[in-house]
Amino acid sequence: MRRVLSPIFFFGALVVAWEALVRAGIWSPVMIPSPLSVGEYFWRAGMDGTLGGAMLVTLRRLLLGYFIGLLIGLPLGFMTARFRICKDTLGVVALGLQTLPSICWVPLALLWFGQTEVATLFVVIMGTVWSALIATDHGVRTISPIYVRAAMTMGSRRLHTWVKVILPASLPFIVSGMKQGWAFAWRSLMAAEIYVTILTGFGLGQLLHYGRELHAMDQVIAVMLIIILIGLLADKILFSPWERFLHRRWGTTE
Amino acid sequence: MTAVHEELRNVPPVKLVVQNVSKTFATRHGPVHALDDISLSVREGECVCMVGPSGCGKSTLLNIIAGLETPDSGAVLADGKPISAPGRDRMVLFQESALFPWLDVMGNLMFALKLKPNLNKQARREVALYYLGLVGLGKFAHSHIHELSGGMKQRVALARAMAPNPRVLLMDEPFAALDAITREQLYDDIQRIQEERPKTIIFVTHNVREAACLGDRVLLFAPRPGRIEGEFPVPLSRPRDFGSLDVARHASEVMHALKHHLQSEGMEATE
Repeated sequence: MRRVLSPIFFFGALVVAWEALVRAGIWSPVMIPSPLSVGEYFWRAGMDGTLGGAMLVTLRRLLLGYFIGLLIGLPLGFMTARFRICKDTLGVVALGLQTLPSICWVPLALLWFGQTEVATLFVVIMGTVWSALIATDHGVRTISPIYVRAAMTMGSRRLHTWVKVILPASLPFIVSGMKQGWAFAWRSLMAAEIYVTILTGFGLGQLLHYGRELHAMDQVIAVMLIIILIGLLADKILFSPWERFLHRRWGTTE
Repeated sequence: MTAVHEELRNVPPVKLVVQNVSKTFATRHGPVHALDDISLSVREGECVCMVGPSGCGKSTLLNIIAGLETPDSGAVLADGKPISAPGRDRMVLFQESALFPWLDVMGNLMFALKLKPNLNKQARREVALYYLGLVGLGKFAHSHIHELSGGMKQRVALARAMAPNPRVLLMDEPFAALDAITREQLYDDIQRIQEERPKTIIFVTHNVREAACLGDRVLLFAPRPGRIEGEFPVPLSRPRDFGSLDVARHASEVMHALKHHLQSEGMEATE
């Protein structure tokens, strides 16, 4: 009960302090809107479908790019872990590109693909692939060789060993790699959406951008809150079940 | 039911012959001669313990017999047939349990049994439960690995190694990480299980007394190059008590030879 009450009290107090600060009139309401006006924006934009539509557009881009990124990154990670030649070539490329902030892909994507969905997709994929690849590679490398040796004595070979031993043994690392990939994908998409106006869909990033253009601070803050909320929910829905499962099975600490 | 009976039938232990086996590893500090022209013969159902200081090649020899490593020259024969790869006739018990944490206890045993053809799911379950019972862990079939104590893990690992009904058991310091009391219980268990389901056993250890307690014969290995320095038969009746004077007497005989050897080589007996 206490664990429910204390956050409610904390965030309630936060909102009250916010409202009090605004009423004190130190800053212009253009710079700091009251919680009430942010709430009003939520209501308005929620009812006319602006928020829902933007969320849908953003999530569609995110999920599509993220899963394509995983589909490319995970197998490549297994390959760099397995084959020396892949590690020395692709592995180096991955290490280099992972250090590149994803926003840096935007100019290139725009020149290649124009102001299209493909451009944002490309940026999200680039954000996901390399971190997923590196995490998988790291996971496969860190598993104890004793598992493979034990499996071999029991008659496991090649593909069976990969599917039944190496894959499950590296699962904890892969999940943390997927989580990291998600964080990168989310950040790169927001960067791309703020930077690039794409006429085929109006996402949260663009909503944020136009909030700035229109000097609509209530919109800016509301959209930021929604972006935070989506990040938190994704963590709870996409990753928490996995992490609980791993915790139960492996006995790893959370 | 008949399939299970057939599966649980005691298979005859194997005769192992090691013929002139040599193995050199390349390291950063130059080549290390892990095994130098080792020859040795192990009778059907015999338990041979290999002791010696670190780096004397005893674990390497065990891995070669397991088929996990290949010798540079020489051969290992199991009932006259040369060994070239790991096989279910030779199972290994590793120092760490090597149990798969993503499977529960039953899943670990089933992993070994699923790779055996000619058994349906029901039969495999029965076989797995039999071996869990044999190591006294029948009630823990659905426990997760991390919930087990170190001794229980090694028992499960033993059950998993026994499950494919091998003819040779290769043990690589399996009890080194356990506390003394747990270890002594396991000595009793190993001897009881060996009575019920005899296997040819090769047991690598640092612990001379452990070797004297379990072995029909103790081989003393020496390093640089890895070789067999001495051989000590332990003609004591079974079951043997780890704390008994007879075991202590045989152990001190081996220990004496080990110390003598180390002194002549100018090394310290650190174990």
